Amino acid sequence: MNRREFLLAAAGAAALPALSFSGRLFAAPANSPRFLFVFLRGGYDCNNFLVPYSSDFYYESRPTLAIAKPGANHPNAVIPLDANWGLNPVVRDAIYPLWQKKQIAFIPFAGTDDLSRSHFETQDNIERGEPLNTSGNFRSGFLARLSSQLTGVPAIAFTNSLPLSFQGASKDIPNISLKGNTKANFDQRQSAILAGMYKNTPLASAAADGLSLRTTVSMDLQNEMTAASRGAPNASGFAQETQRIATLMRDQYRLGFVDVGGWDTHVNQGNVTGGLANNLRNLSDGLAAYAAALGKDWDNTVVVVVSEFGRTFRENGDRGTDHGHGTVHWVLGGKVNGGRIAGEQVAVTQQNLLQNRDYQVLNNYRDIYSGLLARVWGLKGNQLQAIFPQAKPRDLQLV
Amino acid sequence: MPTAPFRCSTYLALLLLAVTPLARATDSQALSAGDIAWLRRASFGLDSATVERYRELGRTRFLDEQLAGGDDPLPPVVAPLINSYEVYTTSPAKLIAEYRDEQKKVKEVDAADTNAKEMAKKDFQMYRRDLYKQSAEVELLRAIYGRNQLKEQMVWFWLNHFNVYAAKGGVGLFATDYEENTIRPHALGKFKDLVMATLESPAMQLYLDNAHNVRGKTNENYARELMELHTLGVNAGYTQQDVQQLALILTGAGILPQHGRNAVDGIDARFLNQRPGMVRNGLFAFLPGRHDYSTKEFLGHTIKGSGFDEIEQAVDLIVHQPACAQFISRKLAAYFVSDDPPPALVNAMAETFQRTDGDIAAVLRTMFLSNSIAAGYGKKFKDPTQFLVSAMRLSYDGRPITNADPLVNWLNQMAEPMYGHVTPDGFASDNASWSSSGQMAKRFDVARAIGSGRNRLFATADGEVPHADPPMLNSALFQQTLAPGLSDATRDALAKASSQVEWNTFLLSSPDFNYR
Repeated sequence: MNRREFLLAAAGAAALPALSFSGRLFAAPANSPRFLFVFLRGGYDCNNFLVPYSSDFYYESRPTLAIAKPGANHPNAVIPLDANWGLNPVVRDAIYPLWQKKQIAFIPFAGTDDLSRSHFETQDNIERGEPLNTSGNFRSGFLARLSSQLTGVPAIAFTNSLPLSFQGASKDIPNISLKGNTKANFDQRQSAILAGMYKNTPLASAAADGLSLRTTVSMDLQNEMTAASRGAPNASGFAQETQRIATLMRDQYRLGFVDVGGWDTHVNQGNVTGGLANNLRNLSDGLAAYAAALGKDWDNTVVVVVSEFGRTFRENGDRGTDHGHGTVHWVLGGKVNGGRIAGEQVAVTQQNLLQNRDYQVLNNYRDIYSGLLARVWGLKGNQLQAIFPQAKPRDLQLV
Repeated sequence: MPTAPFRCSTYLALLLLAVTPLARATDSQALSAGDIAWLRRASFGLDSATVERYRELGRTRFLDEQLAGGDDPLPPVVAPLINSYEVYTTSPAKLIAEYRDEQKKVKEVDAADTNAKEMAKKDFQMYRRDLYKQSAEVELLRAIYGRNQLKEQMVWFWLNHFNVYAAKGGVGLFATDYEENTIRPHALGKFKDLVMATLESPAMQLYLDNAHNVRGKTNENYARELMELHTLGVNAGYTQQDVQQLALILTGAGILPQHGRNAVDGIDARFLNQRPGMVRNGLFAFLPGRHDYSTKEFLGHTIKGSGFDEIEQAVDLIVHQPACAQFISRKLAAYFVSDDPPPALVNAMAETFQRTDGDIAAVLRTMFLSNSIAAGYGKKFKDPTQFLVSAMRLSYDGRPITNADPLVNWLNQMAEPMYGHVTPDGFASDNASWSSSGQMAKRFDVARAIGSGRNRLFATADGEVPHADPPMLNSALFQQTLAPGLSDATRDALAKASSQVEWNTFLLSSPDFNYR
């Protein structure tokens, strides 16, 4: 029995009255847009990813952490993107080719107006997407509201627990981590009995959807592995996860969320080697693997990479960096208007730091993603206001 | 793998025959539904010993016995297992010294020999993972088998409230020290003592980087979280200026240096001698030479540069803010009572907090004897730890397991690993955080892993897994506590079970078991 037959059989079975398939019964149209939100939890040090190499102040501020200015045949130097900005060389094989193909744009001085510099408050602020200092619903995320505005755009979180971004939607949004084992443990009869216990509880659809998603995902991934034609290499780390994500985003889902942790580098963060470099490589390899695994569907795909804040511009006493404010967001995809540094910018000098400490935010993410989402899905003003209340949409022409 | 051996009706008939009430239970009155619901919250979950004690004492005396706390020796049935763990029997200083030796082994392998280097690295990872598992298992075994179940819940609650992350650097070396010597002795004591104990713990000093916070090179990570997450809550009226001032106050608090030729049992002997202004407590040290002695303005008060005393003054100021009483009371009520606890209850608890100088036991007493607690019975969805511990208690009812590794793995799978929350906010306790569709599916998987008996809980030390029958969940304990209140839907499901494995799996998966 293939997946489609299973689903039809399951949906037809009287024993499964509570099972709602959240639109997964029919694949979404092949060429409809796909959007993946990648959240780097912990506040990544953007200054050692997208390096402001023309700034002397950068080199003064980071005596042990700075990455060398671009130089011929210097493998550990910054890869220049323009006269001011360059990439950490650890992403040379994964991200730089996307830049050369103009499939990735970077938005420095991006972030929120939350100045708490607290991971949790700022992550929550971003995931809620509400204006600062409003006592909105603490259990309502901007991706959930986006999902509620869209039809025919099945959403999913590739995480063990449903992130705040996706909480409070008008429909049940499934989640499944693709890091580990995804095998289904219950047959149809058992699934029906388990779901039946919850039919009169608030968790009716969560229980039923969880069970059915397991079955469909394990079938999908099995089919994928046996369809030897792709022959994707045995990836590890984030790349293994993104290859699996690609399998699901190709056929069934159009709006996804995944997070990557480990960015809170207060101590010994390194520059072209060390903890931050390893994390950047893992992330970048994963994104490149995602693009490769999507094949032609990469052209219908937009990925954004966001973190709650940047870090202190100066290194601290422990060869690390502390919580900062503005950061660098990434926008990538086959038809992204890339190969450029987008949004408002200022020169990277001490005078231009916020509180003599970190990057200002000149590109509020609520404004720029209002503009981006409007382009991706043709959303109108009142729809955008429902997603990001009181935002002032700014179109950076990213797609 | 045993397949369904009976038709449903036969199976049920056999089950009914198998049930024989507890000998002592026949002559004591059955507990009311209200008693059972209350006890399911005062404990991680029911087992016969807890139910029996409640019968003997009644609610108030039972509660007061639990709140009295006192020593909590290792639960006798699992004491041998816990005593076999190095993290339990070895001092933190010795653990550090060993850890360095293990690190050295890796370094000494010639990098040119990539195979050997890889092997050495793998060995080191195994060693680290083993230490981590031991620490997680000490805490989980205590939670499952501990007699004082309210205290056990509070130990977990505070471990989560004052979260540390074992995988960050050497933090994991101190996890058991943190649980046994920092949190546990103060879990039902005065809140200020608990805050000071965490402040002086190597685990917290390392986790939030205050060990690196020294004069001229401040690191405000801990200062911020001490107020935002540990005591006052965000937006509680303090400013970025207060955070920076507190960071200065905290300079010099850290861990004894452990490097150098003079190191004895992991401590640099030159620091063992008392000198003026120095404060030592185990591996914690306040080193005056690293402290910023300027005068600070903190929470509207002036604190003169005086050394360690500044820290005590600052903590005293913090815990006496009304915001602290509110913040802690609300978090407790959200964990035990309801995601959105009644303001009247929180206010009553906060009032007790302030009246008793932050006496945790007194605040809990107010909560557990309040009428408000009954309003939410059956509406709080267990978090994964509560689910796992209660499932083990119902399934094995005090019978000791021989291998606790599966417990750690199951919690990892359910995304609530011990000492495994990266960020200092700890895990959320609200229903929505644990009941997404993916989490429901995972919980059913774990229910099956426990209910089937097909797991390694009874593996021997050399890894042999003896044939284990599924646990007998349809016990007298079940019949006398959960059975009378089961919903029709769950009764229907249990009636459809075609084997004991299925019956167990359905019960542990049921809303009746997963809500409390």
